[in-house]
Amino acid sequence: MIQDRTIGSKVFDGFNYVILVFLGLFCVLPFIHLLAISVSDRASTLANLVTFWPINFTSLNYQKILEDLAFRRAFLVSLVRVILGTSINLLIVILTAYPLSLAEGFIGKSFFKWILIFAMLFSGGLIPWYLAIRSLGLINSIWALILPGMVQMWNIIIMLNFFRSLPAELGEAATVDGASHWDILFRIYVPLSLPALATVTLFAAVGHWNSWFDALVVMRTPDNYPLQAYLQTTVLARMTQNLIRDPEAFAKLSERSMRAAQIIIATIPILMVYPFLQRYFVHGLTLGSVKG
Amino acid sequence: MGVAKATSSSIAKPSAKAVRSWRVKRKLPLYLMLVPALIGLVLFHYYPMYGIVIAFQKYEPLLGFQKSPWVGFYQFELLFSQPDIWEMLRNTVTIAVGKITFGQVASLVFALLLHEVRIPWFKRTIQSLSYVLHFLSWVIFGGMLLDVLASQGIINNALAAIGLARLAFLTNASVFQPTMIFSEVWKEFGFGAVIFLAALTGIDPTLYEAAAVDGASRWKRMLHVTLPGIAPTIVLMVTLSLGGVLNAGFEQILVLYNPAVYATGDIIDTYVYRAGLLGLQFSLGAAVGLLKGIISLVLIALSYYLADRIANYRIF
Repeated sequence: MIQDRTIGSKVFDGFNYVILVFLGLFCVLPFIHLLAISVSDRASTLANLVTFWPINFTSLNYQKILEDLAFRRAFLVSLVRVILGTSINLLIVILTAYPLSLAEGFIGKSFFKWILIFAMLFSGGLIPWYLAIRSLGLINSIWALILPGMVQMWNIIIMLNFFRSLPAELGEAATVDGASHWDILFRIYVPLSLPALATVTLFAAVGHWNSWFDALVVMRTPDNYPLQAYLQTTVLARMTQNLIRDPEAFAKLSERSMRAAQIIIATIPILMVYPFLQRYFVHGLTLGSVKG
Repeated sequence: MGVAKATSSSIAKPSAKAVRSWRVKRKLPLYLMLVPALIGLVLFHYYPMYGIVIAFQKYEPLLGFQKSPWVGFYQFELLFSQPDIWEMLRNTVTIAVGKITFGQVASLVFALLLHEVRIPWFKRTIQSLSYVLHFLSWVIFGGMLLDVLASQGIINNALAAIGLARLAFLTNASVFQPTMIFSEVWKEFGFGAVIFLAALTGIDPTLYEAAAVDGASRWKRMLHVTLPGIAPTIVLMVTLSLGGVLNAGFEQILVLYNPAVYATGDIIDTYVYRAGLLGLQFSLGAAVGLLKGIISLVLIALSYYLADRIANYRIF
């Protein structure tokens, strides 16, 4: 890079670094603020004394929440959803992307592509969707959170573009040696696509973890809500939880710090996969926009 | 697999019939692979589209699609006879266009500033911090906003500390739209910058050297090398955003709005949810959803067509 030694350039650099530090911090400050509130006691949170550092540290909030059966049940539903949903998504992405990525044509290939694209561009809207789920008998079942989103068009496109970037000779050579399409896909393409598969897996898993609105629509009882839908009722709609029953805890805890603690707990899984997400998603984004 | 060996060794020429049956057998897995996706598309994308018929019916849950009475365009007439329909449409477009405009500008400026940084670890750290919010759901970020934007929350305390008036960000109808736009930009500007940064790193460094040799200052280099270098990306992003002018951000508004701000905060999607699903006016909700779906389809198709013509961009 060329070095500029003019004063104007140095002044710009100075301002630039300050602005960027400010912008970067701005994105994590709400998190730090809530973290501080979640471990502060009742008196200081209610008096708005806490900014970015806890006052009168207590971990009682977290204990109470982790003891709460409703919270634990919702966490479990989320876990099941992420594992089942991501597996199904991944399998369908791999299976669908492979035939569409081949140069080799087959009857119905372009028809299939079009019904896939059209489903991406147009939907019947919320009400017909709900009525369809209901008439399929999925209401109140965990499958209503997993099956409706089983075909992830955007991830299929990412994978398809990745498969296309693999040399066609691989498949041709294997065909000459007697390999079927199943062999080529699972023995050659899949092992060569681990970075793209990691991208797709992470996107799908984060998507399932973060989804909540579908549960609000398809679940009759909040007992079946995944964590984020459960938090929608407690943190946002502010339904009383009666978590703080004993008088001793009541003296120490506030609803506000309880809500903050629940937000923090729901964020932790995302922060745990964040380093991996970061490594792969830029890759995924640019894969999705390969020029045709 | 014996046939495959025979074709490759070319000792004995296989009959045309054998070759054809080998080809058919070989292609069979390709169809089988598409079956799961086809089932998913039919059940959860195309079957619901069939349900659109209720937009032209007076749907009775007990009668179902088949037996509910047909009413033609009655639901649409009902919709446009309601006084708040135009308000809701205006809210949707205002909020969506505000988000697109401010969001693109913020991402672009952020990317340009970050591009001027010469210390790699600093650049990486700031970028990592900038898009962490993108990966949080609106329930989580909304929960954070409810706390930090409260009347005694940290942002209002900061405003008060520097002598400004406290704002009722989420309950004052005239501040609600800017709050939605600002919080969306806050959550997404870092992620939006990723594409611009990818384009910036793609600019040929020798162009900068040549410009410097010719005596171009840093500002001039940005104006005449950097900006033209990412102009195609800017055009592409603006074009693609056209498809989103009816998407004002359903999940965000659903978690943050309240009756006090319906006048400026109610959008098409929240209306469908509230009136259609919760209010059990299924046919009316389906009619609104259908209108939105059709307009969005036209806009997205147009934006993809333009992106292909202008920036040579295709999704596949």
